[in-house]
Amino acid sequence: MILEVNNLSKHFYLHQLEREVHAFSNLNFSIRSGEVLLVAGANGVGKSTLLRTLYRSYKASAGHAWYASLHGAIDLVRAADVDMSLLRQEELGFVTQFLRPRPRVSAVELVAEPLLFAGFETRQAEQRAYAALEMFGLKPELWQAYPTTFSGGEQQKVNLARALIQPRRLLLLDEPTASLDVTARAALRERLSQLKNDGVAMIAVLHHPEDAAGLIDREIVLHSDLPQDTGFLEPEQEVAYVA
Amino acid sequence: MLATSVSNALTLELPRLVKHTPLLTATNINKTYGQVIALENVNVELYPREVLGIVGESGSGKSTLLRMLNLEESPDSGTYHLEIPAFQDQNLFDLSRFERRQLRVKHIGIVYQNPHLGLRMRNSSSGNVAERLVIAGERNFSKLRAAAKRSLEVSEFPISRMDDPPKVLSGGMQQRVQLAKAIALKPALLLLDEPTTGLDVSVQALVLDTLRRLQRDLGIAMLVVSHDLGVIRTLSDRVMVMRHGRVVEQGLTDQVLEDPQHPYTQQLVHAKL
Repeated sequence: MILEVNNLSKHFYLHQLEREVHAFSNLNFSIRSGEVLLVAGANGVGKSTLLRTLYRSYKASAGHAWYASLHGAIDLVRAADVDMSLLRQEELGFVTQFLRPRPRVSAVELVAEPLLFAGFETRQAEQRAYAALEMFGLKPELWQAYPTTFSGGEQQKVNLARALIQPRRLLLLDEPTASLDVTARAALRERLSQLKNDGVAMIAVLHHPEDAAGLIDREIVLHSDLPQDTGFLEPEQEVAYVA
Repeated sequence: MLATSVSNALTLELPRLVKHTPLLTATNINKTYGQVIALENVNVELYPREVLGIVGESGSGKSTLLRMLNLEESPDSGTYHLEIPAFQDQNLFDLSRFERRQLRVKHIGIVYQNPHLGLRMRNSSSGNVAERLVIAGERNFSKLRAAAKRSLEVSEFPISRMDDPPKVLSGGMQQRVQLAKAIALKPALLLLDEPTTGLDVSVQALVLDTLRRLQRDLGIAMLVVSHDLGVIRTLSDRVMVMRHGRVVEQGLTDQVLEDPQHPYTQQLVHAKL
């Protein structure tokens, strides 16, 4: 197992409203290297929240997420911040549905940046960045431009190129195909398939699971069985395994 | 009560992946000015190559903390260690004025919000940068000039203007001169006090970009004080939130900004434009 999640719960406390908002409770699942796990469920049941909790963008409220890192087993819920930084640099990847462009930083620089931080030479890093941008089909005339003014689809291509440029052991995919055209979707599927063959474990939230057709090994479904009109989700989450 | 002590025990047992020691460790720093508590039991840890952001409203003690870490002021109590040869095992607050200056010149760079604090406004910009090198013992004029030029280049300062005094330069350029001066001797630690406050947005973007590049290429550990969450988000790996002289929350930057736990941090994040 590369990741084993035990009784993981997340709720938010909003001090201004003095109330708790539940996302999910007592989740249990595990995943092996090279496996792709689909997280399914209606809008707002906490699918993205689960990915963010595993990446530690959100702080889990209870439970554990044991991850078998190259340095040894570690609980992603309680790991020291510096250790999380290290894992994010070396082993964990998070692919979001939005690019966070930085003012006055070109597309190619944004994509090459993780490699530069990892100590690659500028030329080598840029070459790989060009290859990644080409793979996702971003027009070459945009490579040197600032992505702030790009269309949603173009930004997403930059985002994917950046997120997938380095080798990772566990990838968290949060709607990576949102706003992508057909060609880019196919390119992404191709790339994910390669990564799967290389042994990368993936946990994915996808609105169109057909984008990852043939790659998905298992599925967990999150639900909320509360009346919808409360505006808050206070769930007894059930986890179903699908072969 | 029991639950807390159990969870503390569990935390202590956790294996750590990062084995190296922090570059900077400051513990239990307290400072009062008369009746006013400026800092209360503040602890700071900073690892090599890491960028730590400190946010908080005006008067929260963040700049005071930075002045302490630059050894400009002494706290009422507390210890301060830097993992630097010759200074390793000392509480830096115990150093004499002379030793403090030595340490500061060689190992700590600082960029102030107000360039007047960091620069001689009537001397040439290159002279301002070279001053550090002179204090460190360099006397050869052409070497000094070459080193100052290199440092200005790295800070992306327009070299054609290196002999102009800072008083005739724009705010963004003055910040670059400060930066060039701060990194001239490749310090282990760079302190930034509101480095982009007061600059217009396009200049701010350029300065932030320079800082990121410096951190990436030189691997200097940085401590950034800012009330601008955007600046903190762009630059820092971890963030500490201060209020009334206390640290109310700390964590990975995205965690603190996206899932703030403390009421004050929630307020702060929700107040962002």
